[in-house]
Amino acid sequence: MAARDLARFKDVPKHLLRPVPAWVYTPFLQRAAGHIARKHPRLFRRLGPHSHKNFLIQFTNLPFVLLLQPHPGHVRIEVFRDARHVEYDAKISGSFLDMLRLLDGRMDGDAIFFSRALRVEGDTEAVVSLRNALDDVEGSIAGDVADLFGAPGRAGLSFLRRIEA
Amino acid sequence: MQEETRKKPELVCPAGTPAAFRTAVDAGADDVYCGFQNATNARNFPGLNFMLDELEEAIDYAHRHGTKVLLALNTFPPAGQTQLWKQAAADGARLGVDAFIVADIGVARHITEKHPGQRLHLSVQAGAPSVEAIKFYCEEFGVKRVVLPRILTVPEIKSLKSEIPCEIETFIFGNHGLMAEGRCSLTNYATGYSTNMDGVCSPAGDVEYKEDEDGNVRSRLADFTIDCFGCGQNAGYPTICKGRYHAPHRDDAYYAFEEPVSLNLAGLLPDLIEAGVDAFKIEGRQRSRAYVRAVVEAWRKAIDDVVEGKPPEIADLLAFTEGQKQTQGAFQSKKWR
Repeated sequence: MAARDLARFKDVPKHLLRPVPAWVYTPFLQRAAGHIARKHPRLFRRLGPHSHKNFLIQFTNLPFVLLLQPHPGHVRIEVFRDARHVEYDAKISGSFLDMLRLLDGRMDGDAIFFSRALRVEGDTEAVVSLRNALDDVEGSIAGDVADLFGAPGRAGLSFLRRIEA
Repeated sequence: MQEETRKKPELVCPAGTPAAFRTAVDAGADDVYCGFQNATNARNFPGLNFMLDELEEAIDYAHRHGTKVLLALNTFPPAGQTQLWKQAAADGARLGVDAFIVADIGVARHITEKHPGQRLHLSVQAGAPSVEAIKFYCEEFGVKRVVLPRILTVPEIKSLKSEIPCEIETFIFGNHGLMAEGRCSLTNYATGYSTNMDGVCSPAGDVEYKEDEDGNVRSRLADFTIDCFGCGQNAGYPTICKGRYHAPHRDDAYYAFEEPVSLNLAGLLPDLIEAGVDAFKIEGRQRSRAYVRAVVEAWRKAIDDVVEGKPPEIADLLAFTEGQKQTQGAFQSKKWR
């Protein structure tokens, strides 16, 4: 089966990952966020005052949400089962693969917003700043994270890149 | 005779970040236009634009690749508050930009007097569509190129070209907010910020999106509801000119000013080149590297095809358009609203 055919099963991860406790993801994501922050310090300059905001990242096809706090020198990511009791300044919602394509520099944030596949709520200025800061990162954030986890990470990203929208 | 001496049109590409800048150069831009992180340019958006050290690095990268850098100083300084623009002009001249894109006659005069020899392009924000207006800027400030407002047909551009003493640049792709370029005060009315003086149309800090339980998204600018997108409807930029409104003469909410749609002149490219257009501009400094890469590569190939006498092959760029709709606007016909 071609990898792109797997797009038909885009909601499968939501069901497969549902039994996994949210705290299991945190160390991996925290390590990835710290790696990106150290490798791309200019990112915080572009974020400006919004580096002290809390961004809720809601994947429409995964059974958890992320709270990103991109504070300079102390980036934090927390994982929650759902968004009901999480306080945030801005919320960004979209599918995991679309978010990955944005971090990979392969998708335009405005275009995906026009198509309604990406939704934002709350502090719009903070979201625009975050979008521009991430887009200014040379290369691919997704690639940097994959490199962090070695050959398995790169193989996983290569597989995900082959899945079409 | 003009045919024999005509230069290949330049492709003028947008860059809102250093990464987008390098992407544009690598994708085949002849010129890249950009601005500082302040009110001196008309895309003064959060997290966008260049700091001094970033612009210095970008200019070095561009010049090593044979690409020119155009610095947008295309806003209008408020009376008595000109220092920011003077400093930007001094910084641009010192760093070695290849041209300034200006709209305000005071900024143009300042650069002419304090930085003689610097090349000036007239921004679309100056709103100069006539022979008389363009000649004024050429004679008074030595403007070398005019970016035309998006209200002229191709035959009108051809006629204009024969009567003015400078190069012509036209938009070919991107956001199509042309209602009153350089004159629009809708954002100012709604938010207190000026598109023309603060460089920000629909400031993000005043934009709010609210989704209801049925999945409808309501967009607001300050105290004004601009639109409500139902499930499955494509969205546009949260600008007042692209909103839908109720009015006494209509039963439904409708686009009272303009529709969310992007300009795409792929079908008119050979005609525009034949009309003598010297440079083609892609809109979108607020857009991502992915947009810059795809759009610049597509237009690079299309222009090269036409110049080589081949029918232009232009990639499908619909996914990058506002509202996922495109138009040839007034370039095709004055019947366009």
